[in-house]
Amino acid sequence: MYNFEFVKPATLADAVAALSGEDAQALGGGQTLIPTLKQRLNQPGTLVSLLSIPEMVGVCKTDDGALSVGGATTHATVSAEAAVDFPGLAGLASHIGDPAVRNRGTIGGSLANNDPAACYPAAALGTGATIVTNAREIAADDYFQGMFATALEEGEVITEVRFPVPEVSNYQKFVQPASRFALVGVFVAKYADGVRVAVTGASEEGVFRWSEAEAALSAIFSVDALAGLSVPADGMIGDLHGTPAYRAHLVAVMTRRAVAAAA
Amino acid sequence: MTQVSMTVNGKSATGTVEGRTLLSSFLRDTLELTGTHVGCDTSQCGACVVHVNGVAVKSCTMLAAEADGAEVATIEGQANADGSLNVIQQAFQDHHGLQCGFCTPGMVMSAAALLKDNPKPTEAEVREYLEGNICRCTGYHNIVKAIMAASGQDVAIAAE
Repeated sequence: MYNFEFVKPATLADAVAALSGEDAQALGGGQTLIPTLKQRLNQPGTLVSLLSIPEMVGVCKTDDGALSVGGATTHATVSAEAAVDFPGLAGLASHIGDPAVRNRGTIGGSLANNDPAACYPAAALGTGATIVTNAREIAADDYFQGMFATALEEGEVITEVRFPVPEVSNYQKFVQPASRFALVGVFVAKYADGVRVAVTGASEEGVFRWSEAEAALSAIFSVDALAGLSVPADGMIGDLHGTPAYRAHLVAVMTRRAVAAAA
Repeated sequence: MTQVSMTVNGKSATGTVEGRTLLSSFLRDTLELTGTHVGCDTSQCGACVVHVNGVAVKSCTMLAAEADGAEVATIEGQANADGSLNVIQQAFQDHHGLQCGFCTPGMVMSAAALLKDNPKPTEAEVREYLEGNICRCTGYHNIVKAIMAASGQDVAIAAE
């Protein structure tokens, strides 16, 4: 690892100021960033830890019934504190990585990195969540812009993620057994005005909504409604863990499992 | 270089670290607590698991500076006050939960974290909790048995 300065601001304003410096990089739980630094794939001058900013930690209900998760909240905390209000999200958080990773990794870090096989992007897109930053609010539909690409500007910090709580929801992940990342993961969320289906791990474009499944499930929320539906293999990721055709097949399988578990 | 202070196994510890110094390096090289092992150094294997403020973390994937002010517990602090093995360590010995022993510090620390939150886990819960701890000797059965035994449960079925 190349050396860097480490700072741990106690307020959001101080963090934003530190991130405006040259070669500054935000550090969440570091469960992706620290391994990346070890491989010398990144060389920040300053790492700005976001974990000591009280207003960015924790889970609470908002006045309009959404679930607000602070950007620096760990997966373990989401798993514990969202269990009653939004079990679909808690279930997703409780299967990210392994227990020690969940005690460090944060929702903001996961969404800012936007790994094409990460779990949280499926929940954010699958609920139409709002990504709140120090500067603005970004709709999930506008936020994800392809593999490792997001709407975030340089130095912008995810302070909060606001999830509209669905009537029922579920996330099903087919794990890549070594990394515990999603080979394919599908988040299904049913709202009064329709169903959203978001797929992670599968596409070369990163997380995406499966609109055909959404339309079918919005009409009838049952596994049967998905009969005959499939996504094309074209554009799916192909690597040593699975071919594009295999991932396309898994998208339909995981969607059916998620609906069965949610219904 | 910055100064960090933390409590390690109940004693205060201070040292000078670079930004990039890992907690595992600080424990092993500065404090000479070499019971915390570094296996993969890529946060896969769990040999480096310690507790920071009461929860299990991989010390090879946390900066020493991030632990400034924290309460850290390592394998060196697990034995009973009289030096005898604690209930988890003793169970690992009784049930052959180790062969080469390299993964054992991380296994014991993960087991301790599990049993703190879930004093009577099922066998499936034990296995799931150990997803981030890799052992290349035992095949895990005896580790699972040891943790079931340490939780005061019947281990007869655990190895079937």
